[in-house]
Amino acid sequence: MGRLLQAGVLFASFVVLTGGFLYLRANAGHAADFHTFTSEPADLRQVTQLMHLFIHGNPAAVIQTGILLLIATPIARVLFAVVGFAIERDRLYVVVSLIVFAVLMFSFFH
Amino acid sequence: MLFTSLVFAGSLVAGLLGALTGLGGGVVLVPLLTIVFHVDIRYAIGASLISVIATSSGAAAAYVREGFSSVRIGMFLEIATTFGAVFGAFLSGHVPTKWLAIIFGLVLLYSAWLSWQQARHPDAPYTGNNPWSDRLQMSGSYPDGRGGVCEYTVTHIPGGFATMFGAGTLSGLLGIGSGAVKVLAMDRIMRIPFKVSTTTSNFMIGVTAAASAGIYLKRGYIDPGLAFPVMLGVLGGSLLGARYLVKAKVSLLRNVFTLVILALGIEMIVNGFTGKS
Repeated sequence: MGRLLQAGVLFASFVVLTGGFLYLRANAGHAADFHTFTSEPADLRQVTQLMHLFIHGNPAAVIQTGILLLIATPIARVLFAVVGFAIERDRLYVVVSLIVFAVLMFSFFH
Repeated sequence: MLFTSLVFAGSLVAGLLGALTGLGGGVVLVPLLTIVFHVDIRYAIGASLISVIATSSGAAAAYVREGFSSVRIGMFLEIATTFGAVFGAFLSGHVPTKWLAIIFGLVLLYSAWLSWQQARHPDAPYTGNNPWSDRLQMSGSYPDGRGGVCEYTVTHIPGGFATMFGAGTLSGLLGIGSGAVKVLAMDRIMRIPFKVSTTTSNFMIGVTAAASAGIYLKRGYIDPGLAFPVMLGVLGGSLLGARYLVKAKVSLLRNVFTLVILALGIEMIVNGFTGKS
């Protein structure tokens, strides 16, 4: 389980790094402005549109996909815990991990 | 390009110091981004939250293998922290940014105080008896480093659970791991041995942060251009820090870091009141 977590983080970092290089190459000329908050464009906030941009090699979308992979790593860990407790026939903790998983899902799909 | 490199370098140092002192990189990252780089606090919080997930998942892996962290205690308390994190993330959309800065400053002052205390008063493990500890299967043991094992039981579970909800709320509100509050709940309230509580807390942080990350993403707090140097920097710094953890003179470093946090906390509170952030 520990290995899996590390592999997830490494893979996500690799995707973010690739996106970062593309991003820097595309935005070499102009400086970014983070002083005023404008929220992100809707494309980068929804998974389906994000995938569409990702396939076209949009740098911001590649970074955002890496970030999604990173967020998925601890969520996967909770799912594996559900399976692990089920194998040990520990009903109490199957329920406990399922509650945690449900909260995580709510955060993404509310 | 210059901005990105500077943010990367700053995040690297934050991650390194966070790992060496055990306080986590997130606490200094948000003040660094807002005070030094003049980033809007919402973008800073979003980027910081992502780096928190990266470092927690990266570092936790090593500990789970060595048998220090308790998966059951962690999972049970994650119910509280994830509910708190969702609540905190909702709050962060409604709280004015100047208040975010002030609350953040207060958390920094508290972390500084805690770190200063921890260096002086190590706690003795709890040896009493708590029936709920066994019923919830939270009692356990960990390797003591000399080939044997240390047994422990857990106490004050409702108090610990409530404090964890608070830790989750702060994490969702401010984009930090709030490891300091998690350790407080487990060390001081539930009396879990230090080695178990720090590693368990570390592995809970990623799950807690993931609970608010979905909401942050939807609200557009996570900017790819800012998040990528921050995430890679903090992750790199913390991995370096973990490697040199044994060799470094931690006590001096911790004192310096405590002073830095104290100063940043005051600065954030002042900025919050004068409306500069």
